[in-house]
Amino acid sequence: MRNLFAFIAGGLFGTGLFISGMTDTTKVQGWLDVFGAWDPTLAFVMGGAMIPMVIAWLITRRRTASLVGTPFPPKPSTKIDSKLIVGSLMFGMGWGLAGLCPGPSIAALSYGGTGLYIFVAAMLTGMAVTPILRARLDRAVPAE
Amino acid sequence: MEQDWIWGLIGGLVIGTGGAFYLLANGRIMGASGIIGGLIDGTGHDTKWERIAFLVGLALLPLLLLPLYGTVDTHVTSNVPVLIAAGLLVGIGTRLANGCTSGHGVCGMSRLSLRGFAATFAYIFAGGVGVIIFRHLLGVI
Repeated sequence: MRNLFAFIAGGLFGTGLFISGMTDTTKVQGWLDVFGAWDPTLAFVMGGAMIPMVIAWLITRRRTASLVGTPFPPKPSTKIDSKLIVGSLMFGMGWGLAGLCPGPSIAALSYGGTGLYIFVAAMLTGMAVTPILRARLDRAVPAE
Repeated sequence: MEQDWIWGLIGGLVIGTGGAFYLLANGRIMGASGIIGGLIDGTGHDTKWERIAFLVGLALLPLLLLPLYGTVDTHVTSNVPVLIAAGLLVGIGTRLANGCTSGHGVCGMSRLSLRGFAATFAYIFAGGVGVIIFRHLLGVI
């Protein structure tokens, strides 16, 4: 059941990314390009996605467990550490460069072409080496 | 072009419904980088099939919708060094920060997570700066 629910959630995510145009890299880069032909679409996508999510978070307060019986995620940490900021700055730079982030890169697998495969291969490589980098960063900058 | 924002809003609502469903049904945060990354580095081994099922749904539905739209162009660049650099930055960055546009952006900010807002501010800032540097100054994208 859990896997079926995950499949449905992934399917909704993919459908939303597809119909909103977020797998088109020009729309993403157009949103980031404040000095060019600015494209506001991404803001509407983000805003639209917030509405069901806010409702869902409110529902989790009234319930003790998910439909499959697992606990809801714990309260978010408030610790803003260097990994969060450095990582997000790196991510943003890559996002701007290619106009792709992890969700749309998978959603567009069936029609993105060779360029998308190269991006995804590099992304997966980056994800695979991150535990090593993280361990080195932790040694260089001891966790607070 | 004028109805792009309407489709953006509708698509956003569908994305949010997916995230809301994943949270209420499975008790999990719909973060693409975390779902993929946990499969790649082994930290998500216990929930392997749930992750795979999510990603199959994510990749399959656009494929099924494709015939309705004819052709969809992602306009992905053909500049290989740019693609490799961008992929590495996205892969490493999202895993170091523990989240991307879906996890920190959609799921994090909707629960007023401080880390979600900080991460989202940082990656939008860096993305904007990246486009200025690589498009307007260097002209490589």
